Amino acid sequence: MGKVPAAVIGVGQTHYRAKREDVSIAGLLREAVDRALEDAGVTFDDIDAVVVGKAPDLFEGVMMPELYLADALGAAGKPLLRVHTAGSVGGSTAIVAASLVQAGVHERVLTVAFEKQSESNAMWALSIPVPFIMPVHAGAGGYFAPHVRSYIRRSGAPTHIGAMVAAKDRQNALKNPYAHLRNEGTTVESVLASQMLWDPIRYDETCPSSDGACAMVIASESAVAASGVTNPAWIHGTQMRSEPTTASERDQVNPQAGRAASAALWKQAGITNPIDEIDCAEIYVPFSWFEPMWLENLGFTPEGDGWKLTEAGDTALGGRLPVNMSGGVLSSNPIGASGMIRFAEASLQVMGEAGEHQVDGARKALGHAYGGGSQFFAMWVVGADKPTN
Amino acid sequence: MRDVAVVGFSQRQMKELDGSPTCLEILVPIIADLYEQTGWTKSDIDFWCSGSSDYLAGRSFSFVSAVDAIGTLPPVMESHVEMDAAWALYEAWIKIQTGEVDTALVYGFGKSSAGILRRILALQLDPYTTQPLWPDTISLAGIQAREGIEKGLWDEKAMAEVVARSMSDAASNEWAIRKGTTSIDDVLGQPLYADPLRRWDCAPVSDGAAGIVIAAGDKARQARQRPAWITGIEHRIEPIALNARDLTVSSGTASAGAAAGVDGVDLAELHAPFSHQELILREALGLPGDVTVNPSGGALTANPMFTAGLNRIGEAASRIWAGESDKALAHATSGPVLQQNLVCTLEATKGDR
Repeated sequence: MGKVPAAVIGVGQTHYRAKREDVSIAGLLREAVDRALEDAGVTFDDIDAVVVGKAPDLFEGVMMPELYLADALGAAGKPLLRVHTAGSVGGSTAIVAASLVQAGVHERVLTVAFEKQSESNAMWALSIPVPFIMPVHAGAGGYFAPHVRSYIRRSGAPTHIGAMVAAKDRQNALKNPYAHLRNEGTTVESVLASQMLWDPIRYDETCPSSDGACAMVIASESAVAASGVTNPAWIHGTQMRSEPTTASERDQVNPQAGRAASAALWKQAGITNPIDEIDCAEIYVPFSWFEPMWLENLGFTPEGDGWKLTEAGDTALGGRLPVNMSGGVLSSNPIGASGMIRFAEASLQVMGEAGEHQVDGARKALGHAYGGGSQFFAMWVVGADKPTN
Repeated sequence: MRDVAVVGFSQRQMKELDGSPTCLEILVPIIADLYEQTGWTKSDIDFWCSGSSDYLAGRSFSFVSAVDAIGTLPPVMESHVEMDAAWALYEAWIKIQTGEVDTALVYGFGKSSAGILRRILALQLDPYTTQPLWPDTISLAGIQAREGIEKGLWDEKAMAEVVARSMSDAASNEWAIRKGTTSIDDVLGQPLYADPLRRWDCAPVSDGAAGIVIAAGDKARQARQRPAWITGIEHRIEPIALNARDLTVSSGTASAGAAAGVDGVDLAELHAPFSHQELILREALGLPGDVTVNPSGGALTANPMFTAGLNRIGEAASRIWAGESDKALAHATSGPVLQQNLVCTLEATKGDR
């Protein structure tokens, strides 16, 4: 038997904010979950299983919080899975949820990813010294800055490319009612004038720390037909790849795991020329320069040419390949949810429900997430049409 | 559904691992052992999935360095659950069912000796209402055991019977931590630890890691002569609140067992970290008296966190491989006092699927 076609039939998000002190962790999740259920036109009674994702438990100080959340997520008496794959987790969680439907095991699966970073201090949670392991003591920006410098050196990209990405994403965020940062008047010049943090990464080129959750309802072909949803986001392909932290032959600027995952994804989705066949992409860009780096890693351009797409304005709304129409991770970053937001925003585009940041006529979109030291990758392609492959 | 079987199992348990907090070192020989058992190598494994806990390791992203144990490039298709690795096996089984992959290696690891396990696990409780009171694992199990005794569902002698049988059976298990021929009187002669529990009623704090290989159809037959076919695998969660469920029963185990199909089971490996929990699980599954329970000694004799559930599947599969069982049941649990449960049935023949 073949794989059961599956589609996203409902999406729900919280408004992303620095601190949501007005709600509990469960309350935060329910905002996203209730919106996703309503969007799909279903209730908890219709849900067969729940898949929860989030980044490290030390971010909230609750060990395996899905155990405490099970009741609030309507999972009592049902199967519940908890995924944790570093920064890619929001994407991996959606992929696991999709596989439960594609395997023919369930009809409707609720998936939700979250982070309530204000409950703790993310820098502390990421920086606990571990015996026998060399400490980095750099934070994410310090860790990735050398990769960015290496990218600039290898590609010969002009130094304002990162600022162009940041200005674009902050402008896009103004069109997204859920976005965390709403910095009107952000321009290439204002980004370049902001404080240098980790050379060449400036303050305005970094992601915020957010509270928030994102949820989706994924349904089988027959459950889609039985639902009232006429514009589902069909899942055309999903891939995950990982590579080890300490292999000396790793290329951390253009990681093999990302290249392998995207090559397999395009093949699975029947795509031979991604730049022409993908209408828009939500790519995990926590630091501005990762837009051109991932455009190359994903095969949208040859190696060394990613920045040219950005510079030409091709990745802006209305461009050849709009990227991060929602404002991206640069504008909202509840870490555990950030990957799922990419997957969900890609879905909203092909559903035609992205509102002000909708790409006209989007039929096929990419959702992408990465994590760890650029070593974990999760991605999917969703389309307005049922997959034929 | 595709026919999928358990074809490899390797485990390491010890009271205290003198090494890294992640048990990484012992994953390497486990993976090597699995290659030896199946005749496969890294390139034959289509999908990798692991189970572990950051809180147990006392750090974030503890599973990240475990990926190093898989080996260097090329990259692998890989996932991780913050759960006992039995649920990682479930995710891998699902992946095989999608038709995208045919083989998977599942592993779990955890070093409980690095902290005070009973207090660490208290961090699983509702962070607003329950956790601030720090009710620890053993106290919660004591409440559960007491409730059953007061309801007349079991008594201390029935609990001692479970302990004596488990420790005696574990005598021949090289990986058991607490073992040796033991009588009911030996158990009842021990002082109370957390009334009504004696120390032997509670699983020993254990360090360890384990791995399992599962494969579909002909691949499974290629790797092992008598594969242990997975004929049912189901799991359920219940509310965490102690007052939102009857602690003396396990409704999640009952419904997972009913869905997996327990008829004809001749052997069961039950993940019961406390003696009275085995009694609850047997009742929930409706196991007849002639079913062999926990021939390995079970979790009462070694309970490596995030691996002990997976070990039950491995132990049950081993009995099928050896021809000692035709249909075996494995059970895994997670969360406070049997909150989340998984039931997997394994058969020498594939049944109806």
